[in-house]
Amino acid sequence: MNTVGTELPPKVFHLNRELLKRYADASGDQNPIHQDEDFALSVGLPNVIAHGMLTMALVGKYISDLAGGSANVLEFGARFIKPVIVPAGQEVDLTVTATISDMADGKISLTLSATSADVKVLGMAKAVILQ
Amino acid sequence: MLNPDSVGSTFAGTEPITVSQSEVDAFCAVIGEADTSIAPPTFTIRITLTQFEEILTRPEIGLDWSRLVHGDQKFEIFSPIKPGDQLTCSATIESYRVAAGNEIVTVRSDLYRTSQLAISAWSTLVVRA
Repeated sequence: MNTVGTELPPKVFHLNRELLKRYADASGDQNPIHQDEDFALSVGLPNVIAHGMLTMALVGKYISDLAGGSANVLEFGARFIKPVIVPAGQEVDLTVTATISDMADGKISLTLSATSADVKVLGMAKAVILQ
Repeated sequence: MLNPDSVGSTFAGTEPITVSQSEVDAFCAVIGEADTSIAPPTFTIRITLTQFEEILTRPEIGLDWSRLVHGDQKFEIFSPIKPGDQLTCSATIESYRVAAGNEIVTVRSDLYRTSQLAISAWSTLVVRA
């Protein structure tokens, strides 16, 4: 049975340049820092970086799965603290976990963790789902 | 620089936006979501970021979108979005401050389905010095 403090099983997502292009098309965010390595380097980034909102969308999928579907997700918020760096020709892992922080009134509050290459990429990541 | 007089202003969206099945399908495919009958929790960023860009870069408001970084994002979902929904949007500039030369603006987007609030979304946007 789930109780406050329970750590929920992790899920690992895999990102590559092709996924970033597909997210750019699906979201409408065509900022070249997410697709064009030369451009990303020219503005001082270490390489192409994933859209923060792609990271959040993948964490959102993790939350929807825990909730038994997207219809049961009530709140979701996060701060973008570090970029997910996606070099050409590589698969980059994004590991997502959650801890139950509260259960009340038929709702479960979650504190989420998202890391890539052992770096925490989201801060203050929280969600509320229907129990 | 953002015009400080715009803080607190609410801007109505122009026309209702219809959520198509194909755009929900494309978003679901990227994240591996098999259920395409409901939009994923962050789907509406597709609508709100476009709306924020249109409003905040108006000459009388004056934000520089080219040096923009997304600081944080939050969604409150009162009623999940489904393909076929017709949504009207309003955006409110909630707060603005300058710290170490960076401009930090928080904008709220409210999406309504037939005058019922379906989703509120907050974005903190940072224009780098």
